[in-house]
Amino acid sequence: MNMKPHTSKNFETELNNLKDKVLRMGGMVEAAIGKAMRALEWRDAKLAQTVIEEDHLVNRFEVEIDEMCVGIVALRQPAAEDLRLIITGLKISTDLERIGDLAVNMSERVLELMDAPQSASQADLMRMAQIAQGMLHDSLDAYVDRDADKAEAVCKRDNVVDDINRQIFRALLNQMTGAPAGISGYLGLMNISRHMERIADHSTNIAEMVIYLVKGKDIRHTSFAK
Amino acid sequence: MSNAISQANNEIGPTIFHPMKGDQGALVSVKDFSLWYGARQALYGVEMELEKGLVTALIGPSGCGKSTLLRSFNRMNDLIDGLKISGSILFDGQQIFAPDVDVIGLRKRMGMVFQKPNPFPMSIADNVAYPLKVDGVRDRQLIEQTVEKALKASALWDEIKDRLHQSALGLSGGQQQRLCIARAIAADPDVLLMDEPCSALDPVATAKIEELISELAGHYTIVIVTHNMQQAARVSHNTAFMYLGRLVEYGETGAIFTVPRADKTREYVTGRFG
Repeated sequence: MNMKPHTSKNFETELNNLKDKVLRMGGMVEAAIGKAMRALEWRDAKLAQTVIEEDHLVNRFEVEIDEMCVGIVALRQPAAEDLRLIITGLKISTDLERIGDLAVNMSERVLELMDAPQSASQADLMRMAQIAQGMLHDSLDAYVDRDADKAEAVCKRDNVVDDINRQIFRALLNQMTGAPAGISGYLGLMNISRHMERIADHSTNIAEMVIYLVKGKDIRHTSFAK
Repeated sequence: MSNAISQANNEIGPTIFHPMKGDQGALVSVKDFSLWYGARQALYGVEMELEKGLVTALIGPSGCGKSTLLRSFNRMNDLIDGLKISGSILFDGQQIFAPDVDVIGLRKRMGMVFQKPNPFPMSIADNVAYPLKVDGVRDRQLIEQTVEKALKASALWDEIKDRLHQSALGLSGGQQQRLCIARAIAADPDVLLMDEPCSALDPVATAKIEELISELAGHYTIVIVTHNMQQAARVSHNTAFMYLGRLVEYGETGAIFTVPRADKTREYVTGRFG
């Protein structure tokens, strides 16, 4: 969408600052997922601990983004795509904060898995993480570029993640029945898989909001999204 | 057609329509309506229907033709030298520009409220009774009843019922504007035309007028010209965005301010204009 700048340069700056902030928050959350997965792969407790300790930064971003949005709504009375950008910013910051929390949850599971043996499902988990991270990354790119096609593609990838999650569940169940002693470790991996599936869901929410931003159409809870 | 005009036509394109439809149908139909002040064309082929009982806001930058269009509805432009029109405006199925139209009668059915409150230098009651007296009504009881009804309808009664016979010029600006609305209502119109009715008022008085507009909707078909986009968003069911004498987009107000369909509307409502 080709857009002229606002007559008010300050307003233009405020909206750009909001977009930058959402992007920076997205970058932090993306990094947190990456670190949590590397911590799992390498059994790196220190790295997992970093994710947990840095989560307050993500939380602070959420509060700051919400404050920016409330300020712009109160002072500028935005309309049309500006209004949609702000509403989208509010929603996306909530999803990003949840993703940050899920990265923390995964890191906590990783800390419990330090002594657990490697599982055959770990490769599937890594593949799932890669897709979920890609979905988050693309949904944020789509937000910046106002690219509805890219956002739609993200929504469609959610099914793939759901499938892998189910596969991992079945595989881990089999492994549990075969080796009851390792149950707590397998449960930890199951939880990580579930958290990753939730991350893909939140990324889909972000992509759906991007479609609303670009087209003004709310596609949530419609057959299109699935 | 001059280059500038054809360029504007190309830039703006045909009107995009998505208005809310009222359950009482259209009361006023504007058909391919153009208007010239001498050599200068002010309106270009405007098409729109005003839904009965709904509030329609006309918005657009200065000089876009919104006041000209508003003043065409009750032929307030007639007095301007060199005025020329083409196309038609139908009010309740009748051509308002037909030669045999009773223009005074038309203006009674389409009351007007102006930017600056214009109470007459007489008592509050006499202001409201004025349209009846001009009509030759002598029945005092009927006049009193009408004055009370109109002042109640314009949400002024409780504030001024004890000083009905004091000068209207002693009222505050907001009260004066509501008095002008009461005076328009006393003539029992179908349509209320408001030309920036709040631009001379403070925010509290403005809120009262806006509240009044909401209350009057349904009983009256209201058209309001406003420079204040938030006001248009607050009070109207449908919004018409005009630019360079053309009707760019005419649609349901919520959609105009959240998902406008024309690029020009989008630029205007988001402040990316000029």
